[in-house]
Amino acid sequence: MVDSPAAQYALRMVNIEKYFGLVCALRNINMEVGKNEIIGLIGDNGAGKSTMVKILTGVFRPTSGELYIAGRRVDFRTYDVQHAHKYGIETVYQDKSLGEKQALWRNFFIGRQITNRFGFIDVRREKEIANEIMVNTIGFRGRGITVDSKVNKLSGGERQGVAIGRAMHFEAELIILDEPTVALSLKEVNKVINFVHGIKAGGKACIYISHSIGDVYEVSDRFVVLDRGEIVGNLTKKDVPTVKDLDDYLLEYSHGLKDKVD
Amino acid sequence: MRQLRSVLAFLRSIEGLPIAGVLAVMYLVFLLTAPTVFSRYPIYKSFFETVPAMLICALGLTFVVTAGEMDLSFPAVVAFAGFVFAWCFKNIDSPWAPWLGFVLALGAGGLIGYINGILVARIGVPSIMATLAGQFFWYGMTILLAGGLQMDIRAIRGTPIHNIFAGELFDTIPTQAIWAALLAIFLWFILNRHRFGEAITFIGDNANVARVMGINVERTRVRLFVMNGMIAAFAGLLLTMNMNVFFPTQGQGYLLQTMAAVFIGGTSIAGGHGVIVGSFFGAYIIGSLEAGVVASRISGYWVQLVQGMVMAAVVVLNIVIEERSIAKLSSRIRHWTVSSRNSHAGPGAEPGEVFSK
Repeated sequence: MVDSPAAQYALRMVNIEKYFGLVCALRNINMEVGKNEIIGLIGDNGAGKSTMVKILTGVFRPTSGELYIAGRRVDFRTYDVQHAHKYGIETVYQDKSLGEKQALWRNFFIGRQITNRFGFIDVRREKEIANEIMVNTIGFRGRGITVDSKVNKLSGGERQGVAIGRAMHFEAELIILDEPTVALSLKEVNKVINFVHGIKAGGKACIYISHSIGDVYEVSDRFVVLDRGEIVGNLTKKDVPTVKDLDDYLLEYSHGLKDKVD
Repeated sequence: MRQLRSVLAFLRSIEGLPIAGVLAVMYLVFLLTAPTVFSRYPIYKSFFETVPAMLICALGLTFVVTAGEMDLSFPAVVAFAGFVFAWCFKNIDSPWAPWLGFVLALGAGGLIGYINGILVARIGVPSIMATLAGQFFWYGMTILLAGGLQMDIRAIRGTPIHNIFAGELFDTIPTQAIWAALLAIFLWFILNRHRFGEAITFIGDNANVARVMGINVERTRVRLFVMNGMIAAFAGLLLTMNMNVFFPTQGQGYLLQTMAAVFIGGTSIAGGHGVIVGSFFGAYIIGSLEAGVVASRISGYWVQLVQGMVMAAVVVLNIVIEERSIAKLSSRIRHWTVSSRNSHAGPGAEPGEVFSK
């Protein structure tokens, strides 16, 4: 089914709901991401951010609702991580994007190896491409890191660099960054921020999830606030001209909520 | 020092080299302590006959451990597969009976593995528990169906299937040793060069990463156990044909030996890193220790003690040889040499600096 008015969007969610047993994790999620838009997804722990990411990336199946990617409706019966990759959705997780004990080149291609028709991996080709990504996209030079290095030899920032470089190499239309800076030093956070600017400059879309309002504010075009499984705020940069405005908005919201509960 | 480091790096890059070295040293020692036995071929020939069945179990278990799981049921599969084969050979009157038995035995092993896989991957029973139950169940089933009796299949001698799987190549090399070696090579490629092996390794490393990167974790786990069931069944077939008799308790005693072979081979008990070559040589170490100790005319009471010592020593060796420890070691050597030659070791000579990555 083609959803033509949505074709301008990289991704559109309509009434997505997700229950785990009787527990409602997401309710009434309606959201779209423009083709070259950076969305800052904000929400407390347990707000449902990770569940949403996992639905978008094909790890979880929603209880109900529709998902359109580049205007095409997704069939959830067959939608999985491989399909998400095929549709150009790539995800960088806080800490579970890479196999720690494995060589870098394997990590670049896990889940979509270059194989012959018997399933045997073309190691040489994978290493070549991995090396190219490392030098050109990520910019690892010197430092003694090669495609044969094990991931556990890399710093947190380098790991995120690998995960983001991998996403960019596979020509993602939409890159989801799920708390990519939690374990990073300030200098390394800047690198990640630069990658996000690179996504924008490259004409791609991004959903950026972070606890750090400052980071989110700097890179995002629009902010979506998630609370207890529902979208409670949808702000453009015009609505909140400075990071302080965004902060104030969130504070006000949480106070308002608190008053209601009291 | 750079040369030493690059030599060390090169040696480290050869899979299973330390364990192969241990095997060589062990045979050298036996050559000194029991020269009459170990300087002649028959002892090695007997190893080539007795070790392969256990070795093949170790190859399968390497995959299971790499995936972060455990399988305790494979000795029972060795017995059950042997029963299926022997039963077909005795009860079906056809020249094809042993071949049918062969295929059915492999199928039975796969089925047992499939049940293990369903219990572990779909129902969520911890693999050590599911396969422990499996071991009791399938030994019980074997004893029940066999009526507790062994089956003599001596008539199989001289038939083609016996020549292929329990014969001798050029009248010198037992064919089961060749099968085990071929299987080891094949499985090395599966583990290190195939999509399936890479999925196994990533699942053992971190199942969540594997899942979000698009590996079907549950399906891969089921396949893993099916594969291990079939591998154990193959080991049972080789064992039964080599002995020319099926007995319902066959395979008992393989469990700990096989685990020892896998772990001294360098496969990570935590999962995520499997060493087929290590398991291969590890099985020969475990399988030749007893004969070597006995042939050295040390009292038989020493056998287990020596086995324990060798296992512990090899595992320690594996840890020392791991990258980080080697780096520490060689940086220390470098530090010694630099400070002895030149007390004003410049900043470039800081041992930590060279290796911090």
